[in-house]
This record gives sequence, structure tokens and C-alpha cells, in this order.
Amino acid sequence: MARILMKGNEAIAEAAIRAGAEGYFCYPITPQSEVAEYLTKRMPEVGGVFLQGESEVAVGNMLFGAASTGKRVFTTSSSPGISLMQEAISYMAGAHLPAVLVNIMRGGPGLGGILPAQSDYFQAVKGGGHGDYRLLVLAPSTVQEAVDLMGLAFDLADKYLNPVMMIGDGMIGQMMEAVEFPEGDVKQNRVNPEDRAWAATGAKGRKPVIIKSLFLDPHQLEDNSWLLDKKYEQMKKEEVRFEHYKVSPKNKLLIVSYGTMARICQTVIDDLESEGVSVGLFRPITLFPFPEKEVLREAKKKNIKTVLTVEMSTAQMVEDVQRAVLGVKPIEFFGRTGGIVPTPEEVRDEVLKLIRPKKKRSTSGRKGK
Amino acid sequence: MTISSTTLFSRPESMQETVTHYCPGCTHGIIHRLVAEALDELGVRDRTVGVAPVGCSVLAYNYFNCDFMEAPHGRAPALATGFKRLRPDMMVFTYQGDGDLASIGMGEIVHAANRGEKFTTIFVNNAIYGMTGGQMAPTTLPMQVSTTCPMGRDVALTGHPIRMAELLSSLVTPSYIERVAVHTPRHIINAKRAIRKAFQYQAEGRCYGMVEVLSTCPTNWGKTPEESNKWLDEQMTAYYPIKCFKDPAREESK
Repeated sequence: MARILMKGNEAIAEAAIRAGAEGYFCYPITPQSEVAEYLTKRMPEVGGVFLQGESEVAVGNMLFGAASTGKRVFTTSSSPGISLMQEAISYMAGAHLPAVLVNIMRGGPGLGGILPAQSDYFQAVKGGGHGDYRLLVLAPSTVQEAVDLMGLAFDLADKYLNPVMMIGDGMIGQMMEAVEFPEGDVKQNRVNPEDRAWAATGAKGRKPVIIKSLFLDPHQLEDNSWLLDKKYEQMKKEEVRFEHYKVSPKNKLLIVSYGTMARICQTVIDDLESEGVSVGLFRPITLFPFPEKEVLREAKKKNIKTVLTVEMSTAQMVEDVQRAVLGVKPIEFFGRTGGIVPTPEEVRDEVLKLIRPKKKRSTSGRKGK
Repeated sequence: MTISSTTLFSRPESMQETVTHYCPGCTHGIIHRLVAEALDELGVRDRTVGVAPVGCSVLAYNYFNCDFMEAPHGRAPALATGFKRLRPDMMVFTYQGDGDLASIGMGEIVHAANRGEKFTTIFVNNAIYGMTGGQMAPTTLPMQVSTTCPMGRDVALTGHPIRMAELLSSLVTPSYIERVAVHTPRHIINAKRAIRKAFQYQAEGRCYGMVEVLSTCPTNWGKTPEESNKWLDEQMTAYYPIKCFKDPAREESK
């Protein structure tokens, strides 16, 4: 298929259809409402279901009910909306159901703002809802990557029978880029619910299927929690994804950054390279499982003096980087939040300050505005 | 003289052969059976999925012999909506108590009914929170005693009980809304007719249906089963009239 110019939100919507999604439930919220506006027309064209619910609480649970059919289903929202869906997300994880959720993040907490941020990192990777569960979390840095990861998200949800969340910031949702979709019929990736023993397809010639997360016997509940944990351990072994940019033995500093922020860091790295300063980028693509071993491997390299985490939040991912690096190198943080996207100049100044320290730096290791 | 044997009464295929956890005198068992009989009679058991609520009937999936989902508190209509939209060929019903449907799940039930979702709701109204130990429900009658209104419900502080059948029947969207009770054989027969009718309308893809069933809670009402039936008959039906509020057949014949 030819490359076409598309807005991030619309490209995500089309990618879900190509991935075989047959059901989409939504509630409007900036900056991702274009997904719904695109799909209200497109879903019926491909024989799929589009429904605007009365609240994100209802939408999360519509997704829960729809996932129980065994078909591929998804929703999209933004930060406050995702908070309202946490109830259903916890239940779907507990009931071992596959579903895809997209969070096009905006600044928070509370009603916050409508501009891009990465401040839902903890919520996405550390649970968010109640109970012992995790989501598999994917973070694209371009619209094309969002398209590609959308297909992967459905496959991973099916592989692990667990909700998968793709998180992008408002910039990914709102920017237009040239994208290419996978070739083939839009229906080729659809699944047959009858092949799925866990799905509620009607108790014809078999015992009833019961989709639930209630275990009043504590031993059964504990068994379910360990069963979930086993999946998360398997994800840590099999699903770690990341990318390097200009990583070399000459690097004096390693930036760890994800999503849109990582792209801005690439510009910084290119600029510094032209000035003869060698900096590399480590970009996690899966935020859970976090590429712990891989970050450590890079941080340990001889010439690396400092690891710098750059985020559009007040130091959330840096906690995972600290956990991974095990204190072998100093870790610094630079971030802006509230909807402010750091400029390449700001990041560049921070990198140069760390590489060529003129005076003693503050000991907090946390820099922002 | 020829002796023939005819089975007059047996367990519906749509019910599991098991003992329920319900308290003595509670009418959930009767209502379960009426639902199961309706599914059997319509021959839809093997293409039905039920949605269990949070509350006393949280374990309903252990008693019905069909596929089941367990919903978060109050969200059964949202699950049913999501499921039915993806599988319009299947039969879907929610089974909800008054705390579940009229309190935390008020938004979901009103909007599902207003969208005209083609599923069936069995709404069991016993005017109290049963499973959590007898607290006030949105349906608790004025001056009725509960653990969170021990001097009786003061409507000046907590508002008046919500009449769900009346509320949903005020929606413009066509639906089948009927209130029944199960405290006498005559009422049970009528409740069965209403439940079957609601499923019939769903099978025909005609409309959303809710049957509100007035039910007893001897344990939390602090009454014997017999006293409970009497209280339902005298007190509950006075506030919650037994009647058909909305029926598409009636609307069509106008």
C-alpha cells in the first residue's frame, strides 16, 4: 500500500481495523477524539461495531463485555478517561481477557490540561487499578510506529489473554505523518470466537463458560494471582522491546527516553554529534516489561559517565531506570510537564552541563523548570 | 385401567443441579427458576449468556446452566451492551439487585434502556442491601429500618425511594417494562409470564426489556418468611404498584 499522510489518531484507528478489531467503544476526550470521529464512519464500512457510551466507566465495561465474545475489541481515551476505566481494566486482567486500550496522554493530575504529557507512566506500568496485575505497555515514538504497534498490541493481548495498553502523548495523536499500512484484506486478522475455549459463545454441547474475577476461596484467589504473575514473568522473558540511537563505545552520556520525547532527544544527539560530543539514546518500546538488563548493559559501558532520563513528567520512568542501573552509574533526570514539551535546546543544555560540569551540581539529581 | 406416568415437574435444563447459598425464605431461588424455565421454553439456553451482579446473586453463574459473565458493581448493563453489540445473534440477560441497578449502576441501566439495547434485565427489588448486611438501598421504603437508618428511612435526609420501572418507562425509546412479585403462587405465575415475554421480545429483536421483581429479604428485614410475604404484599406493593408500564405490543396497537 502506498504511503499516505494521516493524523496520528486516525492512523491508530485504521491500524486497529487492519489488526482485525471488530468492536470499538468510546467516550470523547481531547486530545484523541479524532479516533472516534474516524471510526464512526469506518467501522460500519467494514462490518464492525462502533458505539459511543455514556461515560468512560461504561465504555471500559462495554469493552469487558465485548471482549468476552472472543472477538478483537478496543477503546481509546486520554488520561482522566483512562482513570475512569481502571475498574474494568482490573476486572479484565483478573478474568484473563484480551483487549487493547490506547491512552493519548495529556497533562494531569485531575482535569489537568489538554496538551501532551507522559505523566500516566506509573498508572500504565504499575497497575493503575486494584489488585495484583500488570498491563503490557507499548510506547510508539512516530505515527508509523503507532500503526505497527497497534497490530502487535492485539497479537500480544491474545497471546497473554491480558489487556494491552499503547501509550502515546497528545503529540503522537495530533501530528500528521506519512504512514504505510500492512497489505491485505482488512478482515484477514479477525479471529474466530468459536476457536476460543475461554469465550462465551453459548453452552452448546459443552459446559458453561464462566468469565469472572471473583474467587471467594482465598486459595483460589491466590492461585489466580500467581497465574497472572506467571504471565507477567513470561512477558519479561519474551516481550522486551527497545531501540538504540547512535549508541557507541564513544558515548559519554546515555539518554533514556520514550515516545515523542525520545524523538526530540534524537535531534539533540544529532546536534551534539556535529559539535563532536558523543551521546547515545536508549528508547524503551515496552514500558512494561521494562528493558532492565538492556539499560544496565549500556549504562555499564566504560565511557558512560552519566545516564540521563528525559521525560514529559515529574520523574516517573526514572524510577525504573534507577532500578535497572543498580547504582553502577549516576542517574540524572530532566523533565517538563503540564503539557510543555521540552525543546531540543533545553535538553542539549542539560546534557552539556552533565558532560562538562562547570560547578558543583545540586545533589537531588532531578532537574526541571 | 391403564396407568401412565407423566412428569409434571422437574429441574429445568437451564439450571445446574446444585444447592444455592440463599437464605431461607429468600425468593432469589424462585426467580432463578422462572428465568431458567423461560430460557428452556424458548429453546435458547445454548445461545444465552447471563451477566451476574455484585450482591446476593453474585454467584448466580453457579446456578444457571448457560454461559455467564461476572460484572463489576452496577456495570452489568454495560457488559451486556458490549457483548450483545458484538453478538446480536445471542441472548443476553442481566440479573441485578436494587443496590446494583438503582444505586451504583443507575447510569448504566438508564443509558442501556435509552439506547434500546436488545437484552433483558431481571431486576430483583427487595428494598435493602442484602449481601453487605442490611444497609439502606435507593429502594428502601420511607421509615423502613435498616442498619444505616436504624430509626427508619428519613426521606428529608435521603430522598424518596426510586421507582425504577416508572423511571425507565418514562424514556421515549420503546421497551418492555413490567413490575411483578413472587410472594404468592398467583404472582409467581404472572412473574413467569412477564419474564418469558421479556425474553421473547429479545429473541424477536424488538426491544430492551426489564422485569422488576418484588422480592423478600427475611434475614435483613428481621421477619419470618411468612411475615416478609405479608410485608411485601401490604407495604411494598403500595409504593411499588404491580403493573405493566410499557409493552411494545400495546404501543403498536394504539
